[in-house]
Amino acid sequence: MNKVIDAVQSDAGVQQALETALQQEFKDQPEFQNGWQDIAPLLSVRELNKFYAPGKGCGDISFDLYPGEVLGIVGESGSGKSTLLSCLSARLTPDSGQVLYNSEQFDEIDLYACEESRRRVLMRSEWGIVHQHARDGLRMNVSAGANIGERLMAVGERHYGDIRSKAEEWLTAVEIDTGRIDDRPSQFSGGMQQRLQIARNLVTHPKLIFMDEPTGGLDVSVQAKLLDLLRNLVSRLGLSVIIVTHDLAVARLLAHRLMVMRRGQVVETGLTDQVLDDPQHPYTQLLVSSILQN
Amino acid sequence: MTASQLMIDVSGVEKSFTLHNQGGASFGVLDNASLQVQAGECVVLHGQSGAGKSTFLKALYANYSVDDGEIRLRDGEQMVEITSALPRRIIALRRQTLGYVSQFLRVIPRVPTLEVVMQPLLDLGVDAALCEAKAKHLLQRLNVPERLWSLAPGTFSGGEQQRVNIARGFIVDYPILLLDEPTASLDATNRQVVVELIREAKARGAAVVGIFHDEDVREAVADRLVDIKAI
Repeated sequence: MNKVIDAVQSDAGVQQALETALQQEFKDQPEFQNGWQDIAPLLSVRELNKFYAPGKGCGDISFDLYPGEVLGIVGESGSGKSTLLSCLSARLTPDSGQVLYNSEQFDEIDLYACEESRRRVLMRSEWGIVHQHARDGLRMNVSAGANIGERLMAVGERHYGDIRSKAEEWLTAVEIDTGRIDDRPSQFSGGMQQRLQIARNLVTHPKLIFMDEPTGGLDVSVQAKLLDLLRNLVSRLGLSVIIVTHDLAVARLLAHRLMVMRRGQVVETGLTDQVLDDPQHPYTQLLVSSILQN
Repeated sequence: MTASQLMIDVSGVEKSFTLHNQGGASFGVLDNASLQVQAGECVVLHGQSGAGKSTFLKALYANYSVDDGEIRLRDGEQMVEITSALPRRIIALRRQTLGYVSQFLRVIPRVPTLEVVMQPLLDLGVDAALCEAKAKHLLQRLNVPERLWSLAPGTFSGGEQQRVNIARGFIVDYPILLLDEPTASLDATNRQVVVELIREAKARGAAVVGIFHDEDVREAVADRLVDIKAI
């Protein structure tokens, strides 16, 4: 044991140097001291309702999403998760309620009270939507490069060389070999298609990403890789994300906080690990206790 | 270190669990639990297995909610009441102020050990080379063989995973550290390393609350014991 203590002590020089360097680092960047600021929400949802039939849809939904926050929406199939996501992302007009978005270009806008054209601009610039099935989010009959480039052109990029080099950059970021840039997504595996869909969304530097079961239908090894990629991109780019999933392990890994839905209602909400480790509502307890242990 | 500064202030905490799917069975765990911890102090929670020590520690980390009472933690100049704070406030608190080390490692499957350890410091925006240097230093001190650093810890032995987890927990100099049996099942050599790490944390002014079943560790780090009784 003494040998170890000696070794540790002889390392004291290394440690001292490390501590000094770290202190300097923190001093140089004072914003680290204040990771918490009072900032305005990016998205505010107020008493949103959308029902297809009694109990089918979602109702009485209110919450705020802050910049850099990842919100997970969990619950069983048919609980209204995807309906809610569609209402939030301007793809499905709710029966009542408000969705307010704090836009870079338009300041605060009420999604369903503004012109259609603004919603369209948002969807191709400040927002991204990652669909469960990549073919819903990609053009399957044009090349991977064109899939990424199309979104850039939609925000006004015209220079071919720039578009191609940005496409290559994003293919690399999502771990697709740039040699595949001229191949069509139909020639890609499911996992690659999903990563291409993510690249296509991120190329315009969106603020807010909506994801609907992004890992659903992928086999486990591909899922793990995609999750790691997503988690890194989200924290590096400071993205706000609303992710719908029925997989609680995915929710635990990616989401800062959770909303648990059942029959169109939110039954529980809170910090992700608190909801999963100390669930209060009977339905959440049932969901959590149904996970297979390995 | 300046004159003692209150870091943790818990008063009147009540906690019970209700199992709705098992006949609605309900049992109380914490009854009027209170605790004050100063900077540089290490408090060890003491009590029988099942008395609620871990529950108390998890409530301090906001991992468990409480039914009643207040838990105030120091974050720089302010005291934050965590039982009523917004999730994003707690996440900010956990990023730079509040560390938690259990005996279990929970990570993404394919991420290499070195990255697992670096991540919390990297998330604070610290230069990657510096994070890597500190991570390597910690792994070395905890006797995790260098050949394992580039591998994902999923296949490591229990003891190795546990030491990776400790390195991850100590990479940020958190002002408040919560330790849930971090030394359980470690050998004497590595227990001693953990004792050193805790002492260093105290010396820089961290408030430490821990659960330790090894008597030698407890004696080496505890300034006082606090009894948690089953109700």
